[in-house]
Amino acid sequence: MKKSLAPAILAALLATIAPGLSQQRATINDTQTVAQLPYQAVPGFFKLPRDEFLGEVQGMASNSKGQLFLFVRAPQTRLLQFDANGNFVKEIGKGFYGFLYAHSVRVDRHDNIWTVDEGTNIVAKFDPTGSKVLMVIGVRPPVSDGIVAGGPSTGPDENYILCRPSDVAFDMQDNVFISDGYCNNRVVKYDRNGRFVAKNGQRAVGTGVNQYNLPHGIQVDKAGNVYVADRGNGRHVVLDNNLVWKTAYTQYGSAWSNCISTAPGKQYLFMTNSNPNGNPPGSWAITGQIYKAELDGTVIGKFGQAGKLAPNFQVVHMFDCRNPDVIFTGEIESWRAQKFTLRTTAAPAGAR
Amino acid sequence: MKCFTICLLAATTFAGTAAMAQGELNYTVADVIKYPRTIYAGEVAGVATNAQGHIFVYQRAGTPWVALAAARIFSRGNDQLLEFDQNGTFVREIGKGNYANTMATSVRVDRQNNVWAVDRTAGMVIKYAPNGTLAMLLGRKPEAINVTIPGGGRGAAPPADSEGGGGRGAAPGLGVTPAGAAAAGRGAAAAPLAAGRGGRGGPPGTGNQADNFTGPSDVAFDAQGNIFVADGWGANNRVAKFTPDGVFIKSFGRTGSDNESLNSPRSLAVDAVGNVYVADYGNNRVQVLDNNLTYLRSVSGVGAPSAICVSPGATQYLYVSNSNPMDNLDTAGEIYKLQLNGSVVGRFGRAGKAPREFASVNQIDCRQANTVYTAEAGAWRVQKVTLK
Repeated sequence: MKKSLAPAILAALLATIAPGLSQQRATINDTQTVAQLPYQAVPGFFKLPRDEFLGEVQGMASNSKGQLFLFVRAPQTRLLQFDANGNFVKEIGKGFYGFLYAHSVRVDRHDNIWTVDEGTNIVAKFDPTGSKVLMVIGVRPPVSDGIVAGGPSTGPDENYILCRPSDVAFDMQDNVFISDGYCNNRVVKYDRNGRFVAKNGQRAVGTGVNQYNLPHGIQVDKAGNVYVADRGNGRHVVLDNNLVWKTAYTQYGSAWSNCISTAPGKQYLFMTNSNPNGNPPGSWAITGQIYKAELDGTVIGKFGQAGKLAPNFQVVHMFDCRNPDVIFTGEIESWRAQKFTLRTTAAPAGAR
Repeated sequence: MKCFTICLLAATTFAGTAAMAQGELNYTVADVIKYPRTIYAGEVAGVATNAQGHIFVYQRAGTPWVALAAARIFSRGNDQLLEFDQNGTFVREIGKGNYANTMATSVRVDRQNNVWAVDRTAGMVIKYAPNGTLAMLLGRKPEAINVTIPGGGRGAAPPADSEGGGGRGAAPGLGVTPAGAAAAGRGAAAAPLAAGRGGRGGPPGTGNQADNFTGPSDVAFDAQGNIFVADGWGANNRVAKFTPDGVFIKSFGRTGSDNESLNSPRSLAVDAVGNVYVADYGNNRVQVLDNNLTYLRSVSGVGAPSAICVSPGATQYLYVSNSNPMDNLDTAGEIYKLQLNGSVVGRFGRAGKAPREFASVNQIDCRQANTVYTAEAGAWRVQKVTLK
C-alpha cells in the first residue's frame, strides 16, 4: 500500500527528481482524497501475428464499430487496425508519405481516421476503411531542403505549417483542432476543409494564460469546448470553441494526454498522469495513474499505477475512452497496448 | 423603365450563381484517380495525359532516405510515377526503384506516348518508352550530398565525384543548411549545392550553356521532337533546348527581370508552331520565345505562374495557374485561360482544399478539350476540371 505523503514532502520530492517534473504544480494529493476506481485488465487483448512486434504504441483510438487503431513506431511507423476482439485486421497506409514518426491517431464522429505524425508534420484524414486519403493538413518538409542541422525550423509559426504536431480533435461542426506541438506551443483551429480559422498560444514556451509548454493532447466536448493537455506545465487548459482561454486544471499531474468519452449521455474527461520516460527515482510515487473527472474538472476517481509488467502502465502516451467504462491504452516504454474495464461505482478512498 | 423587373430578375439570378464575377469561367470537377489498395495519395507534383486519355500521376511518397555508415552521405527518395486509365483505374507504376528518384517534380507525355519524368533535386529528366523501359536521360544525379557546418559557412570541400568533372556546372541536389537558413529557404528556390567544379558549366546565374541542370522544373516538346527543359529551381534560371537525341543546342535566360532574363521558371509549354511559353514565376509573367529561343513578348496579369499548359487543336489556348504557395491557402489559386496572344478569355477557381478549389497546383495538363487536370501538391490530389 502506498505511503501517503504530505504535500510539502511531495513538493520537495518533485523538485529533486527532474527539471521536467519539478515544473508541475505540487498539488498532487490524490493518495489522500481521490477515489480509486475499481478496474480490471483484459490480459493479452491485442493479438498480433506471430513474429511481429508492436513498437512504441503512440496512438490509440476506436471507431463506432469497436474497431481499434494503433499508431505505432514499429520501427517503420505503422497504422494497424484490430477488431473488437483484439484480432489484427490490417495495416493502413503502408508507404504513405504522411507517415514517419507516429504520434497520435483519432477517429471523428463519421469514423474517419486521423493520424498525427511528428516526423512528417502531417495530420492526415483517411476514410473509415483506411483506403482513401481525404485530406491532409500541414506541409511535409521538402526533400530539397536537405538535412536541416539542429532539427526543425525555428522560423515564426505559420497558419498552414505544423511543426511536430501532437494530437487532433473535432467539434460537432467537423472543425479540426490540432495541438501544435513540440516546436510551436500552440493550438490551431481549421474548418472542415482545412482552412485556417484561429490559433492560441505563442511560439515561445510560457506558463501563463494563452501560453503553453508542449501542448501534447487535445480533445473537444460536445459543446465545442477545447481541452489541451499542456504537458510541460502539468496542467489541462480549457478553451472555448473560438480558442479563447477559459481555465486550467492543475491538479492532475503530468498532463501527458487526455480523452473525452463520446458515448451517448454524459461526457467524462480522462487525463493521464503518465509516469515519465526514463522513470526517474521517485516518479512512480506521484505518477502512473489515469484520472476520471467531470468536464468542469471535478475529480471522480483514478485507476492504475506505473509498472513494467502488465497490467501496469509504462508511459501511457495516448488512450481511448469512447465508452467511459472501457479504456484502451497505448504505452511507449512497454511496447504494448492494453484494454481495461472500469466499474462505474468507485471504491472508498484509500482502498486498493 | 420597362426592363426594370426583367433586368432586376436577371441581375439577381446572375448574382445567385456561385461567385460569378466578370471573366469567371463555369466549371465542374471530378475526383477521378482511384488508388489501388496498396498505394496511397502522396504529395502530387505532376499530372499528364496520353493520347488514349490515360492519366499519369507523379507523387512524392514513402520516405526519402539518407544512408549512415557510409563514406559520404548518399540519399534517395521513394516517389511514385503511376499510370491510371481514362476511368481512373490503376494500370501500373513506371520507373519503380529508378536511380534518379529524389523529388518528383513534373511529368509530361510526348507525341509518341513516351513518358517524361522531371526530378529537380536529382537534376534529371528521364524519358520512358510507352512500355515503361528507359529510353534516355538528361542530367546526372549528384553522387552524394554535402554537409555544411551548423551555424553557417561551408565545411571542407567534399570529395570529388567518382566519375570526375567535365561539364558540371553548379550542381543541383540536396543542401545541408543550418536550421535558420532552411526556414528562410522554404517556399523559395532551393539553394544549389556544391560550387561549380569548372568544366563546361559556367558560374551560377549566367544561364549555363551546357547539359547540366541546377533544378529542372518541366519539359516540353515541339513538333520535330526537340526537347525544351525549364531549369528553374536553382541558379541557372534558363530554358535549355536539346535535339530529339538529347544533344544540347542552346539556352535562353539568366537570373534577372529584363526581357532576356528569367527568375524561377517553373513550367513551360510549346504551341503548334514551336513557340515556347515559360512560366516565369519570380517575375510574375509568362515569357514567350520563338522556336530558336529568341524573345518575342511577355504576358502579365496572370499572377505568379507556377504551372502552364498549351492545349492542342485548331484553336490553342494557354492555361496559367497562379498557384498559392504551400504555406498559405488564403491567397491566389486561380487558373487563367488565355489566347496565345495573351488576351485573357477567363479565369476559374481559388486556393483551397475543398472540391473545386485548388491547393498549390504544381502542374496542369490540358490535352483534352475544355479539360484541365491539376496536380495539387497542397492537397495531395489530382482534380479533373471540366470547363463549361
